[in-house]
Amino acid sequence: METLMIILTGVLVTIATYLVLSKSVIRVILGTAVYSHATHLLIITMGGLKKGNVPILGDDDVSTFVDPLPQALILTSIVISFAVTALVLVLAYRAYQTLGTDNMEELRGRKYE
Amino acid sequence: MVTLNFVVLIPFLAAMLNPLFYKKGTRLHIGLLPMIVAVSLFSYLLFYIPQIANGKTFLHTISWIPSYGINFTTYLDGLSLILALLITGIGTLVILYSIYYLSENEQLGHFYTYLMLFMGAMLGVVLSDNMMVLYVFWELTSISSFLLIAFWYQRKRSREGAQKSLLITVSGGFGMLIGFLMIYTMTGTLSVREVIQIMPEMTGHGLFVPAMLLVLFGAFTKSAQFPFHIWLPDAMEAPTPVSAYLHSATMVKAGIYLVARFTPIFGGEGIWFWIVTGVGLFTLFWGSFQAVRQTDLKALLAFSTISQLGMIMSMFGMGSVALHFGYSTESVFYSQATFAALFHLVNHSTFKGALFMAVGIVDHEVGTRDIRRLGGLATIMPITFTVSLIGSFSMAGLPPFNGFLSKEMFFQAAVDITELGIFHMDTIGNLIPIVAWVASIFTFVYSMIIVFQTFLGPYKEERLERPANEGPGGMLISPVILAGLVVLIFLMPNMLGNYIIRPAVESVFPTLVTEMNLGVEISAWHGLNTALWMTIGVVVLGILLYSFPRAWRWIYAIFPIGWSLNTLYNFTLEQSVKSSRKFTNSYMTGLLRHYLMYIYLFFILLVAGAFVLTGSYDFTISGNAEISIFEWIIALTLIIAAISILFAKSRLTAILLNSVLGYGVALLFVIFRAPDLALTQMVIETVTTVLFLVAYYFLPEWKKENEPRRINLSKLLISIGFGASFTAVALAVQNNRLFDRISTYFENSYELAGGRNIVNTILSDFRGFDTMLEVVVLLIAGIGVYSIIKLKAGNRGDKFENQ
Repeated sequence: METLMIILTGVLVTIATYLVLSKSVIRVILGTAVYSHATHLLIITMGGLKKGNVPILGDDDVSTFVDPLPQALILTSIVISFAVTALVLVLAYRAYQTLGTDNMEELRGRKYE
Repeated sequence: MVTLNFVVLIPFLAAMLNPLFYKKGTRLHIGLLPMIVAVSLFSYLLFYIPQIANGKTFLHTISWIPSYGINFTTYLDGLSLILALLITGIGTLVILYSIYYLSENEQLGHFYTYLMLFMGAMLGVVLSDNMMVLYVFWELTSISSFLLIAFWYQRKRSREGAQKSLLITVSGGFGMLIGFLMIYTMTGTLSVREVIQIMPEMTGHGLFVPAMLLVLFGAFTKSAQFPFHIWLPDAMEAPTPVSAYLHSATMVKAGIYLVARFTPIFGGEGIWFWIVTGVGLFTLFWGSFQAVRQTDLKALLAFSTISQLGMIMSMFGMGSVALHFGYSTESVFYSQATFAALFHLVNHSTFKGALFMAVGIVDHEVGTRDIRRLGGLATIMPITFTVSLIGSFSMAGLPPFNGFLSKEMFFQAAVDITELGIFHMDTIGNLIPIVAWVASIFTFVYSMIIVFQTFLGPYKEERLERPANEGPGGMLISPVILAGLVVLIFLMPNMLGNYIIRPAVESVFPTLVTEMNLGVEISAWHGLNTALWMTIGVVVLGILLYSFPRAWRWIYAIFPIGWSLNTLYNFTLEQSVKSSRKFTNSYMTGLLRHYLMYIYLFFILLVAGAFVLTGSYDFTISGNAEISIFEWIIALTLIIAAISILFAKSRLTAILLNSVLGYGVALLFVIFRAPDLALTQMVIETVTTVLFLVAYYFLPEWKKENEPRRINLSKLLISIGFGASFTAVALAVQNNRLFDRISTYFENSYELAGGRNIVNTILSDFRGFDTMLEVVVLLIAGIGVYSIIKLKAGNRGDKFENQ
């Protein structure tokens, strides 16, 4: 299962990289969203999969839990990546409003033209 | 005694306190504090003279980085004392002079801070025994010199001169550092004293010659030896007190000090002898030859300093052969050149300091230092004239001034060295006295130019900026003291010789000291020997050359102007700026994609390269959890959805496919026993999708990326390469667990944090601060979103944007 998950994250990373290298801003942002999915899956995979119970204390007879630490990390990460996505989206919106383009090649500034 | 370490540190302390002193707005002159520091250090060092003259040395260590053998060790012997006295003594006079020279409107706070910084650094250079510490102080002198040359930084020429001196001296210092490291490799110690003891056994070592060359490189750049001398004339853009202090009396002598200090380490070898003597002699000739054609008095003095430094350098080269002979009468014979070198070192500081100050007074009073505009000042500025006369005649090697004595000794040494039977002396050795003699003729000529063309001849007031007047009394004190010393040393040379120079010679030849007396009895009259005939020849020919300049000046036209070292320097500087700009522009394209590609490529090379090179890749699938059919289906769906994003025709499809990814991940979280994550992921994924849809409303439709096949292919290759490297790392990590997991600690959450949900307690209790800061990040993002939408750039922003 771990190997399968890692291959899945590898595919996601490949797709995200391709998207990030695009010209259009929206594809770049989408790429970062896919990156965060891949990262979350990777973190939880590193903690070991299905090797215990849900990390909630309850019945005394259950003594092994899956690693709770990656879960806490991912929970933080989900929220942060949401905040970043929102910010970047608004930035793209503002850039488009001001400059009239969403093409990265046209956004690189006057110095290079 | 620990106090010697403080001698080095006090000027730094003064440099630090100086700004405070300046801010107070007291009526006392700001130069007072530096002046007091310099005077007290000088007087303190004077007390060491009797003990040093008796052969005592002082060593004290303050541990700094003992594990690397780097300690702040001060070592005072005859050689350090001579330099330390010059630094503090000339320093005092220069500060006194500068108080009257610089106007109150200048940035005096900066000036004295830099000057104190320099004094501390220079004392550090001559008093440090540890090579690393010496190197640090050495570079500090370069930096303070840079700051002082660029003191009038509004002038382009000052900035350029400062840059030039920094580039040349710092690169020399860097070479020297490498040389020091080589010495460390050979001997295993950084202490100069210990190296002196170990080194004689190491002469056959492969690093011996490279280390010697690198140390000499540092010394030659600092002491403005050919071909590195080109920075010194440009350094004359500094205020005159600085030129008098750094660029004639002290800093440029650091290279000479280094050569003297390292003579017992490298001396006695033919290569050391030839390089030091040869470079010194050629610099002596070239500097004096170039000095004659200068029209700016300070440039003339700069070339004359180069020339005189070359002369001192060559004498150290000649003296070094004494080490070749060990205990014998020859050693004493040849060590006299070193004695002469140190003697001239002191003499040069006195007469050149006096000359610089006199030129500074002329410049200060009439507003120009161009000898074509000057003339006839002798009667108007009698004291300045007298000082210049004494300084120039001493420099020319005439009695009754100290320059005569050391010049005679120099000639004597140059003649004596031809009798040396080793190092191929029999073939080209005879050139040494000839070059020395020819260079001295030019020295005579330019010395006469300084006095006669400035002070005699017709007075041309209309060509001066202001009518001439004698300088203010305060400004005259220092040059008069120095000129007085010039005469005094001539009258009583042996006082200086016995108490200050002889101990210094002994520290250059520590191995010879125990067996013999290295002192020299200096006398003004030796009888009619070769040296005296040479001097008479210099005077006669010099007067002829000075009187009939038209007869020989054409030789300067032989070399085209474009063929100078300065042209080479400027060309190199220009080209390096141009090519580095071109190189930077070639990859800093302004395209996000290119920058990302560099990052990805670097990562791929690093990771794949590390795996391939070390061959340490290890991966098994044993220990993996089972995969049910349901999980296979989710994973495959995710892969298909991800790949489909690339082929999505519309942006709506793309964002929906992204949602498929998000919800799929949420499902996986459920399977992986992470209910909190699944819930959060569901919520956030929904909100994100909505957010994208809202953004789409404002953004243009997603166009097909029409790009050349080549670019698409490279994008694809980089993506696959990056994904593959990523997977490889993840697999390798997954299979190797180096440490036990720490999560068992958190499983005690009910007792420790009072919660049964472990993930929740980690977030809200164990790592509560992290969560709080996460909320702050959200807040910042929220403010960012709001302000980006709401706020418009004002006119000011537009203006900058349109530039």
